[in-house]
Amino acid sequence: MTLEESIILFQKKDVKAFEYLYNTYKKSLLGVIFTIVKNDTIAEEILQDVFIKAWNSADSYNSSKGRFFTWMLNISRNAAIDKIRSKNFKNNKKNQHVDNFVDVIETYDNLDATTNSIGIKKFVDKLAEKCKEVIHLLYFKGYTQKEVSETLKMPIGTVKTRNRNCINELRNIVLN
Amino acid sequence: MEVKEYIASGILELYVAGVLSEQENQEVADMVQKHPEIADEVSEIEAAILKLTAATAPVTNSTFSTIKEEFGNLSSTKAKVIPLQKKSNNWLTYTGWAAAVLLTGGLIWTMVQNNNLNTQLKSVELEKQQLEEQIYKSNTSLAETKKLNKTLRDKDILAIPLGGQTVSPYSYAKVYWNKNDNQVFVDVQGLPKPPAGKVYQVWSLKLNPLTPTSIGILDQFNEDENKVFALANGKENESEAFGITLEPEGGSETPTLEQLYTLGAV
Repeated sequence: MTLEESIILFQKKDVKAFEYLYNTYKKSLLGVIFTIVKNDTIAEEILQDVFIKAWNSADSYNSSKGRFFTWMLNISRNAAIDKIRSKNFKNNKKNQHVDNFVDVIETYDNLDATTNSIGIKKFVDKLAEKCKEVIHLLYFKGYTQKEVSETLKMPIGTVKTRNRNCINELRNIVLN
Repeated sequence: MEVKEYIASGILELYVAGVLSEQENQEVADMVQKHPEIADEVSEIEAAILKLTAATAPVTNSTFSTIKEEFGNLSSTKAKVIPLQKKSNNWLTYTGWAAAVLLTGGLIWTMVQNNNLNTQLKSVELEKQQLEEQIYKSNTSLAETKKLNKTLRDKDILAIPLGGQTVSPYSYAKVYWNKNDNQVFVDVQGLPKPPAGKVYQVWSLKLNPLTPTSIGILDQFNEDENKVFALANGKENESEAFGITLEPEGGSETPTLEQLYTLGAV
């Protein structure tokens, strides 16, 4: 089953295809959610809600508007951000001692060891501070180019090219 | 060149991040459709992001079955809310199946019936054919009998009884001789069936001196039911007696007198 096939089947409510997509994206989405909420129990609850939401609104995904992963990424980020903005969550801030994904990778010792964490650690060690911030804001927080430019006080065109260079470095490390 | 510039611009990275406007997303999606290099690039960017984000995931016990359970609960709640519809569905299903089974049974029964009728029809046809043949045969033999009767009753017919001889004392035959047209009818019902390889031969005899002339071989003896044969008598033949002998197949030039079955004088 290719990715394209399973997405089409998933939209026709094929449970097997849905399981395949779940296994493909589970860890990545959980990582994004966890980086935002910084609590593994809550992150898992949100992840489950995200997949149920995806299943129930499978019709609304349109491949001409973006990648399936990107669609799931948006649902996950929104769900996680909704959670940390809720009253319940604000009263419970004891987990919020990390700032971005680099801190998560470097400070958490209960991370899933089956992922290429050694390669990733090498990458984040070498990563320039500006690179870490750009990646965090774009992929984990879903900031637009303009929002990143304002937050980091960086020209808008630079955001795009810097991000491109950072992702190229990442590709060299994790894909080769 | 345009494609390389497009890739180098960094827009594909933003596309995967999902932070572009709807219009920009549509543009990139079109470019991905048109250029396989761009599609490959997007796949690689996504693969790298997948690895990076996965590296930030905590150890998890969540499996797909957790979500499937959630769906299971949803569907079982539905079943509780509308039990009537569920029942009627079942009833419909069972009725449907029952109807299908009945229909199949009915079809098979009809097929068997049809087969039986066809067989019956065939045997009836056969019987009818046989009867027709019998009627035809009867008609033919009736016609022949009538013809025979008429011939034998003709006023010009001379009837000569032939008595059994030493070889076969109980045999008898009759010769009907029409002197006008020189035709002879031999009725040989009183002769035994000739043994294989032998035939009866009919002779016309002049007595002084004894001169036998063959007037026919009865090689159709077994096939003929009437056992009456029409033979031609010679024109100048002033027959004074008729005799029937048993001869080898094909007949003989002169009669084998030891095998004289019947003899009768005019």
